[in-house]
Amino acid sequence: MTTTPAPKPAAAAGGRAGMKKELPEKFRSYKHVWVFIELERGHVHPVSWELMGEGRKLADKLGVQLAGVVLGGAGEDTRAAVQECYAYGADVAYLVESPVLADYRNEPYSRCMMELVNKFQPEILLLGATTLGRDLAGSVATTLATGLTADCTELAVDADGSLAATRPTFGGSLLCTIYTLNFRPQMATVRPRVFSMPERQEGKSGPVIEYEFKMIEDEIVTKLLQFIPDRDSNKSNLAYADVVVAGGLGLGSAENYQLVKDLAKALGAEWGGSRPLVQRGWIPADRQIGQTGKTIRPKLYIAAGISGAIQHRVGVEGADLILAINTDKNAPIMDFAHIGLITDAVRFLPALAKEVRQRIAPNTRSRLVG
Amino acid sequence: MHLVVCIKQVPDSAQIRVHPVTNTIMRQGVPTIINPYDLFAIEAALRLRDKHGGKVTVLTMGPPMAEDSLRRALTYGVDRAVLLTDRAFAGSDTLATSYALSQAILKIGQTYEPVDIVFTGKQTIDGDTAQVGPGIAKRLDLQQLTYVSGVNEVNLEGKTITVERRAEGGVQILKSNLPCLITMLEGTNEIRRGSIDVALAAARAEIVTWNAAAAGVAEMGKCGLKGSPTVVKRVFAPSPRADKAKIIDIGGLTPDAIATKTLDEIFNRLPTIEKELTAMAQG
Ligand SMILES: Cc1cc2nc3c(=O)[nH]c(=O)nc-3n(C[C@H](O)[C@H](O)[C@H](O)COP(=O)(O)OP(=O)(O)OC[C@H]3O[C@@H](n4cnc5c(N)ncnc54)[C@H](O)[C@@H]3O)c2cc1C
Ligand SMILES: Cc1cc2nc3c(=O)[nH]c(=O)nc-3n(C[C@H](O)[C@H](O)[C@H](O)COP(=O)(O)OP(=O)(O)OC[C@H]3O[C@@H](n4cnc5c(N)ncnc54)[C@H](O)[C@@H]3O)c2cc1C
Repeated sequence: MTTTPAPKPAAAAGGRAGMKKELPEKFRSYKHVWVFIELERGHVHPVSWELMGEGRKLADKLGVQLAGVVLGGAGEDTRAAVQECYAYGADVAYLVESPVLADYRNEPYSRCMMELVNKFQPEILLLGATTLGRDLAGSVATTLATGLTADCTELAVDADGSLAATRPTFGGSLLCTIYTLNFRPQMATVRPRVFSMPERQEGKSGPVIEYEFKMIEDEIVTKLLQFIPDRDSNKSNLAYADVVVAGGLGLGSAENYQLVKDLAKALGAEWGGSRPLVQRGWIPADRQIGQTGKTIRPKLYIAAGISGAIQHRVGVEGADLILAINTDKNAPIMDFAHIGLITDAVRFLPALAKEVRQRIAPNTRSRLVG
Repeated sequence: MHLVVCIKQVPDSAQIRVHPVTNTIMRQGVPTIINPYDLFAIEAALRLRDKHGGKVTVLTMGPPMAEDSLRRALTYGVDRAVLLTDRAFAGSDTLATSYALSQAILKIGQTYEPVDIVFTGKQTIDGDTAQVGPGIAKRLDLQQLTYVSGVNEVNLEGKTITVERRAEGGVQILKSNLPCLITMLEGTNEIRRGSIDVALAAARAEIVTWNAAAAGVAEMGKCGLKGSPTVVKRVFAPSPRADKAKIIDIGGLTPDAIATKTLDEIFNRLPTIEKELTAMAQG
C-alpha cells in the first residue's frame, strides 16, 4: 500500500470554483422544475412526493412551474399517479403511456426521458436516488451531456437562479455544494427520507400534457423475464417507520442484539443497527442505518451502544427525537442526540421494554380476555 | 470471452480525518485501496472467465500511482492491466470520466479481443455517485444492467446473457444481449486469494500505460475540467448542532426507575407519541 497526497475534492481543486455562469443561448429557454415520478407495479415510490415538496420550494423561488413526469403502461395506476402529482403540489403533469413502459427497463425509460427533456426543456430535473432513479439518471444525464449531482441532502436556488446542490462526500465526513452552471437541465438525485413528506392536499387538479412515445417492443433488447417480489417478512420498513430502535457494537454480542428487537416489538417499532453489525452478520444488510444504509426520519429514534460516527449521523438526523444510550458521556452521538442516558444498554433495554409494555398497552389484557 | 473490469483507486475512507480546527481533509498518510465495491466486479469477471475461457482486463483512470491498484488486481489473477493516465483528465466529473473510460475500452477491444462484458462496481466510496457505469454504457451503446446480484447464464454463440438485478421491492430476471455493461452489487461473491505464483507474476507483470492519445481519446473537450458540466463550488464540514443532548440524571436509580424516567422524558417531549404508541399497541 502506498499513500496518496491528493484525493481531490473534484473540480474544486481545478480553480473552477470561481467560474462565472455563462449559459449558452440554446439553454436560455429551459424553464420549470420537473420531478420524475417513480411508478412501479402500481405504486409510486414515496421519494417522488418528497421531491415534489422540495421541488415546490425551488419552483416558487424561481417563479416557475412545478411538473410531475409520469411514465408507465396505459391504465388506472398511471392515471392515478398523475392525480397524485397535483395533491402533492404540481402545477402540471406530463404523462407518457406506452406498453414498453409497463415495467422499468433502462432503454425505453432513458429514451423517453431524453425525448421529453429535449422537447419541453426543463431547467431542473430531480429523481429519487433509488436503484431505479440512479439507473435512469446516470444514463439520461450522459445522453443529454449535462451535469448530475448524486445523493443531495440540500437543494437551493442561489441569487442568479442556479441550482445549488449539496451532498456529503468522503463517506459523509464533508459536504460539498455542486453547480451545473452552463448546461441544462440541472439534474440531481436525492435519497428517500432525506426530505420530509409534504402535506397532501385533496381536490387539486391541473393540466395534463400527454406525449406520444413511439418506441416499440421490437426495438428493445433487454427483456424482463420475471419479477420476484421480496417476501414481506424479509422487508424492513425502516425508512418510513415512526419509531426505530437500533443497536451498535456497544451491545457486545449478537445475542444481546435480541434486546433491541424486544424493545422494538414492545414499541411496535422497526429495528436496525450500525454498519459493523451488518459486517459481523448480527443483522441483515437492509437493516443498516446511515450513509451507506438507510436514511430514516422517525419521530423517535433510540440508539443503544452506537457511538454516532458521522456516517451513522447523516442517516438519522431527520429524526424528531433521538435517545442515545451509551456508557460514554463523550461519545459523538451526544452531539446530536436530544436525550442522553449514560448507562449500560444491556441492562437498561429490558427495563425499558418492560416499562413500555406496562404503560402503552394497558388494555391488552382486557382485550385478550374479552 | 473478454471481460473488462473498471476499478478505481480510492483513499481508504475509514482513515480520512477532518482537521478539527481548519475543517480541511487531512490527506497525508491516507492509504489507498481498490474501491471495495469493485472487488465484487473483479471476482464476478474471474468466475465467468474460469467457466467460459478468455481474458479479464482491468482498467483504471487515475494518476500514475494508481498502478498500485492494478498490480493488486493482478494478484487476484486478472490477465491484463491498463492504466489510463493523463493530466488532461484531472478534475473529471462522472460525465468526463465515463467518456475517457469508454474511449479506452474501445481501444482495448481493438488492441486485444472484442469486449463482451464491461464490469464496474456499484459505486465508489469517495465520489459515491454510481454514475460512471451508466455513463460508460450509454457512451458505448451497451445494454445497461445495474445492481446485478448474479449472472445466471451466458450464451456465447447466441450472444445472450441472463442476470438477476436488484430492483426496488424485488429482483428482476433480465435477459439481454452481449456486449453489455454490468454494475455488480456488493456482497454477491467473495474475492479470491491468488496463489503465490500469481502474486509473484503480478509483481513483474507489465502494466499497459496509455495517455489520452495512446488510448485513442479523440475529443479533448470532453475530458477533465473542460468536459465536466458540474462545478464544485464549496467543500465544508457539517456544522455541529448547537445544543448537546440533555443527559438524564440517573444517580443511584435502578434500571426500572431509569426506564420510568426515560419514558416520562420522551412523552414529555413528544406528546403525540404516547397516544400513537397506545393506538398501535391496541391494533
Ligand atoms: C465509507 C463508510 C461508510 C460507512 N457507512 C456507515 C453507515 O451507513 N452506517 C453506520 O452505522 N456506519 C457506517 N460506517 C462506519 C462508521 O464509521 C462507524 O465505524 C460505525 O458507525 C461505528 O459503529 P458503532 O457505533 O456500532 O460502534 P463503535 O464506534 O465501536 O461504538 C460503540 C459504542 O458503544 C458504546 N458502548 C460500549 N459498551 C456499551 C454498553 N454496555 N452500553 C451502552 N453503550 C456501550 C461505546 O461507548 C461506543 O460509543 C461507514 C464507514 C465508512 C468508512
Ligand atoms: C467529494 C466528491 C463529490 C463528487 N460529486 C460528484 C457529483 O455529484 N457528480 C459528478 O458528476 N461527479 C462528482 N464527483 C466527481 C466523481 O467522483 C469523479 O468523476 C470520479 O472520477 C468518478 O465518480 P465516482 O467516484 O462517483 O464513481 P462511481 O460512479 O460511484 O463509480 C462506479 C464504478 O465506476 C468505475 N469507476 C469510477 N471511476 C473510475 C476510474 N477513475 N477508473 C476506472 N473505473 C472507475 C468503478 O468500477 C466504480 O465502482 C465528485 C467527486 C468528489 C471527490
